[in-house]
Amino acid sequence: MIEISGLTKSYGATTVLDGIDFRVDDAQIAAIVGPSGAGKSTLARCINLLERPTTGTITVDDRELTSLSRRDLRDARRQIGTVFQSASLLRRLTAAQNVALPLRYLGLSDAELRLRVRDLLDRVGMLHRANHYPAQLSGGQRQRIGIARGLALQPSVLLSDEATSGLDPDATRSILDLLTGLRDDLGVTILVITHEMDVVRTVADVVAHLDHGRIVESGAVADVVRRSDSTLSRALLPLPPAPAEDTLRTWRLRYAADAIDPRWLARAGRELGTDIAVLAALVEEAGHEQVGRLTVGVDAGLDDRRVAEAFARQGIRAARATDGDVELDEQAIA
Amino acid sequence: MTALVLGTPWGEVPDLLLPALGETALMVGIVMAIVVALGLPLGLLIFNTSPGGLAPNRTVNASISWIANLGRSLPFLVLMAAIIPFTRFVVGTTIGIQAAIIPMSLAGIAFFARLVENAVREIPPELLDVGLATGGSRWQIVRSIQLVEALPALAAALTLNVIAMIEYSAIAGAIGAGGLGYLAVNYGYQQFDDNIMISCIVLLVVLVQVIQFTGDRVVRVLSH
Repeated sequence: MIEISGLTKSYGATTVLDGIDFRVDDAQIAAIVGPSGAGKSTLARCINLLERPTTGTITVDDRELTSLSRRDLRDARRQIGTVFQSASLLRRLTAAQNVALPLRYLGLSDAELRLRVRDLLDRVGMLHRANHYPAQLSGGQRQRIGIARGLALQPSVLLSDEATSGLDPDATRSILDLLTGLRDDLGVTILVITHEMDVVRTVADVVAHLDHGRIVESGAVADVVRRSDSTLSRALLPLPPAPAEDTLRTWRLRYAADAIDPRWLARAGRELGTDIAVLAALVEEAGHEQVGRLTVGVDAGLDDRRVAEAFARQGIRAARATDGDVELDEQAIA
Repeated sequence: MTALVLGTPWGEVPDLLLPALGETALMVGIVMAIVVALGLPLGLLIFNTSPGGLAPNRTVNASISWIANLGRSLPFLVLMAAIIPFTRFVVGTTIGIQAAIIPMSLAGIAFFARLVENAVREIPPELLDVGLATGGSRWQIVRSIQLVEALPALAAALTLNVIAMIEYSAIAGAIGAGGLGYLAVNYGYQQFDDNIMISCIVLLVVLVQVIQFTGDRVVRVLSH
């Protein structure tokens, strides 16, 4: 469990984080998203106390970190595994030696150490690369080693700061599968800092949108994607571009598969007494749910309120599309 | 004296040259041992008290930095002359190998400390974060991350420093410190002994080349 409460971080007159409140429950994967410069990395560094917050508290598993002495802090940090951007491995150490580093700090015997390192490398599928140096590994493999090192002290919380940025889609996918496995098998609470919406869609249970040092929107991914008019939901599931139609009025629709009858489109059309044109549509999984998004064209002569109500009766969230919506989707967050 | 014009016969050159080489090696060896023992910690201290270090402390950093600069700001010949009272205090004499070791060590420590500082500064800052985030103490991080990752750069710094010390040992020859520099100045220069002069030059050039070559090889082996 991670609980961030009233967190503020300032450097002189510059406030980088401004009153952050955020909570991640046990065995959840949370994602913090936001444009570069929003304060994501500072937030990550505050959580493992590499930076001291100016005000506010960070609680990890019922231990409040900001009030700890240097000595206790070292101990508390061991409960928080960190996976750094581009892995940050020591170039002169082998994969196994890199993974062993936190265990050496702890003062484990060589025999114990070898055993643990073996287990860790096995878990991330890198046992066959144990004696390779970082320069001999691919980006995805290095990141696996980084995750193994993050897990070395059996932390209850794993912090991942842009762990997949710069990786190709296959490598990203396998790293995300690995993270999901850690949550499911070991019950690790994971906080992912990312600017990649794919990552959020694929693994996150909860999400928070950080902008200019504040959380502007947050919630369970499953809830966020149902919202029809939020920046975060648009960024998570952008609508496909649709051709403009003169005689039709464009609507943006959004639904969760479990909340509707599959025949909703025909039913809504019948109720309105018109043919609804599907201009673009996508169904995707996000937050463990099938979420559908459509851009449809409806006869411009119909009353907007009537149309919205007809969709609402089918369990569909509808909003009139305005010019520039599509560009907005793409630029919303990343 | 005929020797003034003729120079030492080639057959007798090694008798002069080899002991001088031994003296140079001894002088540089002792000095380097002192330089590494004191310069390495000093360099680590300068880096780690600087803003990117493990224990930033402006006052401490500025003070040590100032001392290190002091050792490097004077030309070696001037430094050697300037600290004569200190040298006499420490080793009881102002001539010979013992006397040369003091100014050479001071200049060498200041030089090496800066080289160490630069070598450690080259380490990506995230690696220090890795050490801290995985529960390492500052001392553990110095040993397991800073010294390990900077090792190739430290080997290069050591090579550079050894060569600088050979040069200083030659300058120290001026105060009768012995070694190749003393030989070159007293026989080669003051007595116009070209054979000795040429032998000293060739030997010094070969010595420096061999050290640089060896140093480069070591750096390559250490870098992965």
